[in-house]
Amino acid sequence: MADNTKIVLEAKGITKQFPGVLANDNVNFNLREGEVHALLGENGAGKSTLMNILYGLYKADGGEVIVNGQPISLHSPKDAIVHGIGMVHQHFMLIPVFSVTENIMLGSETDHRKNPTEAPLAKLDREEVSRLVQALSDKYGFNIDPSSLVGDLPVGVQQRVEIVKALYRHASILILDEPTAVLTPQEADDLFNIIRELKKQGVSIIFITHKLREVLAIADRITVMRGGKVVGSAIPSESDEHQLATMMVGREVILKVDKEPAKPTDVVLSVKNLRVLDQRDLVAIKDLSLEVKAGEILGVAGVQGNGQTELAEALTGLRKIESGTVTLSGEDVTHSTPRHITNTGLAHIPEDRQKHGLVLGYTVADNMILCDYFKFPFSQNAMLQQKAIDVNARKLIEDFDVRTPSPYVSASKLSGGNQQKVIVARELSRQVDLVIASQPTRGLDVGSIEYIHNQIVKMRDRGVAVLVISAELDEILALSDRIAVMYRGEVVAVVESKTVSKEQLGLWMAGGKPD
Amino acid sequence: MDWKRFSFIAFIIAILFGTVVLVGYTSEPWILIVGSMMATTIAVATPLTLGALSGVFCERSGVVNIGIEGMMLASAFFGWLGSIYMNTIFGFGAMPSLLVGVLIAILTGGLFALLHAALSITYKVDQIIGGTVINILAVGITGFLNRQLFFDKNSIFQGNVPHAPGVLPVIVIPVKQGIEWICSLTGGTEGCYVTANAFGKVFEQKPIAIFAVIFVFVANYVIFNTRWGLRMRAVGEHPKAADTVGINVIRTRYLNVVIGGFFAGLAGAYFTLESVPSFEPLMTNGRGFISLAAMIFGNWTPIGAWAASLVFGASQALQINLQFFRTSIPPEWSFFQNSYAVGQIPYILTMIILTGIIGKTSAPAADGQPYEK
Ligand SMILES: Nc1ncnc2c1ncn2[C@@H]1O[C@H](COP(=O)(O)OP(=O)(O)O)[C@@H](O)[C@H]1O
Ligand SMILES: [Mg+2]
Repeated sequence: MADNTKIVLEAKGITKQFPGVLANDNVNFNLREGEVHALLGENGAGKSTLMNILYGLYKADGGEVIVNGQPISLHSPKDAIVHGIGMVHQHFMLIPVFSVTENIMLGSETDHRKNPTEAPLAKLDREEVSRLVQALSDKYGFNIDPSSLVGDLPVGVQQRVEIVKALYRHASILILDEPTAVLTPQEADDLFNIIRELKKQGVSIIFITHKLREVLAIADRITVMRGGKVVGSAIPSESDEHQLATMMVGREVILKVDKEPAKPTDVVLSVKNLRVLDQRDLVAIKDLSLEVKAGEILGVAGVQGNGQTELAEALTGLRKIESGTVTLSGEDVTHSTPRHITNTGLAHIPEDRQKHGLVLGYTVADNMILCDYFKFPFSQNAMLQQKAIDVNARKLIEDFDVRTPSPYVSASKLSGGNQQKVIVARELSRQVDLVIASQPTRGLDVGSIEYIHNQIVKMRDRGVAVLVISAELDEILALSDRIAVMYRGEVVAVVESKTVSKEQLGLWMAGGKPD
Repeated sequence: MDWKRFSFIAFIIAILFGTVVLVGYTSEPWILIVGSMMATTIAVATPLTLGALSGVFCERSGVVNIGIEGMMLASAFFGWLGSIYMNTIFGFGAMPSLLVGVLIAILTGGLFALLHAALSITYKVDQIIGGTVINILAVGITGFLNRQLFFDKNSIFQGNVPHAPGVLPVIVIPVKQGIEWICSLTGGTEGCYVTANAFGKVFEQKPIAIFAVIFVFVANYVIFNTRWGLRMRAVGEHPKAADTVGINVIRTRYLNVVIGGFFAGLAGAYFTLESVPSFEPLMTNGRGFISLAAMIFGNWTPIGAWAASLVFGASQALQINLQFFRTSIPPEWSFFQNSYAVGQIPYILTMIILTGIIGKTSAPAADGQPYEK
């Protein structure tokens, strides 16, 4: 993109202080007409904060926002919308029980009319708006049915609804906050096509992410943020993943997991002919068998929704097993309670860290004893021992590098990476024989991923059996000693990870039979 | 509202009506009994209907309001007090006094709602606690003032309960005449005129009862078909989403809670200005809570809540109508002669209905949660 293209949006010296954090520290940023400008940074770098300021949702403590050469004052998102700024938030701002049309018209209910009215009792013109939504959807090939309920739509489609919502308001500047965090690789590719199409139509786009590969694939320009400051910028053609990662994290990062060959010994987990039903009582896992030995990492690869979630739940006692057996360290735990399995020697890093990994309203310290709160030294004579809990929390925060202002803030206040570290600290600090880690690094930044991967390898080297379930092939390949591929509730192949290519795994994941 | 729910409501109402018909059909034509049951049901369901509407407006915008009971009680008292002041102190006629009373009742409801809004929206007090505060406050204020004004020799009324200006008059919607006219055209059997009489009763209602029914349909339209309703529901489901499209969440919540308060106030007026011309401490007797049950059973929709209110109204109508047929109740049904036992029916129904036998209801997703950016 030529340097002389018009600048449509400029942020000058933006500063924003939250209690205890300087989220934006004198940030300068600009966007040229028709470009995709990637904003790269780890979780907590201040990207969303900056965007929320540009969108009028937060008020900056200092600095100014200039649109098309004119300084504008932003008191509410309305002001941003008026100036052609649209934003797709990291967590979608959609109402699940509303239809697509209702979600899109909300806040601009009568804007499609010749004479828009602010009359509170103005009748909703659902048919007319849905026709306009359909037209926008057709124009960009979004494939959205305006009458469906948003809650029934897959995330990828919800995201397109968000984009239509901005386009409906005639946005010429579109902010996409971590749009790929919730998407499967295929959905992400679809999104990239959409972004290219939007660009062609003259929309200028700010694309936020912490995934390096995406940045290089889609961006015209890259700005990197760290700790609330802009720390550098780059052009994709003159840059590589390594350089960007270093800029983003602030130190050298090893993108590859460094590990010795495994030295597997006895079988720790043995699963035979497992059969499990899913939420809707359909067969999720049929006749699945696998073994994990002490001192090895078995990676379970597969496209999401092929029974991985149910497998993890069944092995940890959270889901009823219809038939088959699960043996942990020689003991049959097929129908045991989660607590019994945990005590037998299981550490579990669940897929959904906020729902199943943490009690968000509890403090970090309390979250760190969720597995053992009823045992000595945390509990004596039915009383919690605050002293022991405090010692434990401080030690784990230190050992596992959890960034938190104190052990006594609630877990909900931490960033995603640090929440995951709290879980990892709790689970991996226990004396266990088996670790089951589901999507252990989903949505995390490079620094945290590196850290968690190293912890998992450390467990293996200590002689623990590890089962990693992940939808990210890169993660599976980087961590595993052996790989099991799941397809439609069955293990279709088990291979040594050294001997297999990514393409081959991809084929099996898509249902191709090994020969 | 799904069909299961509506059929359940129809079923219970049929049982309640059927019971009275069984007891009374020897002394009166069944259609007359049904007509009078319908009339009473609609009339006594009025405070429940309005209370439920109050709840719908608050909760659809995301504020839990268990203070409706207290709002009703306070409005009943101040509305009544206002009408007496107008009548005896300022010497206005009965009708203007009553109308001013209704107005004061509505404003009282709005004022209490404003207090609840401030507590729960601005000060983010736990909304159950806020509602409880309203309930206790209402009992305290009305009880205290009632005694000070009417039982204290030094008060403005010299320790007497003054003569109230009566109650709002019945408004006759000429349905009876309409049916009679059809009867006269078609030969006019006696049955036809009895039917006219029976259904005529249903349409002879007092003004608050009539307005309550009108408001049900108006509210339903507003909530589901207008800009106001869309925004109010958005704010109750996902306030942040509403904020990102430029909707003022705080203002929307305040306005809807206060509108809810107006409905609770009108419900209060029913007790002292439409039903009976007097005030007694605690006279709302749990109706505010039953109307919350109706709101939940009606799945936070005005029409559903109204239907549920009618169930409670019907059980009260049962109690009232059974009085007429006391003498014809057969001894083996002596249960129905005990008006205390029959009086429990609405409360027992509340409990049964709230156990959720009839499928799941879904509250607005952000109901009860204060909004923080
Ligand atoms: N509403 C808020 N209140 C307090 N602190 C916040 C708020 N939003 C963000 N923060 C803090 O500001 C910092 C930057 O957050 P954010 O902008 O969300 O980062 P990013 O989007 O780059 O991951 C973090 O430390 C975060 O905890
Ligand atoms: Mg963010």
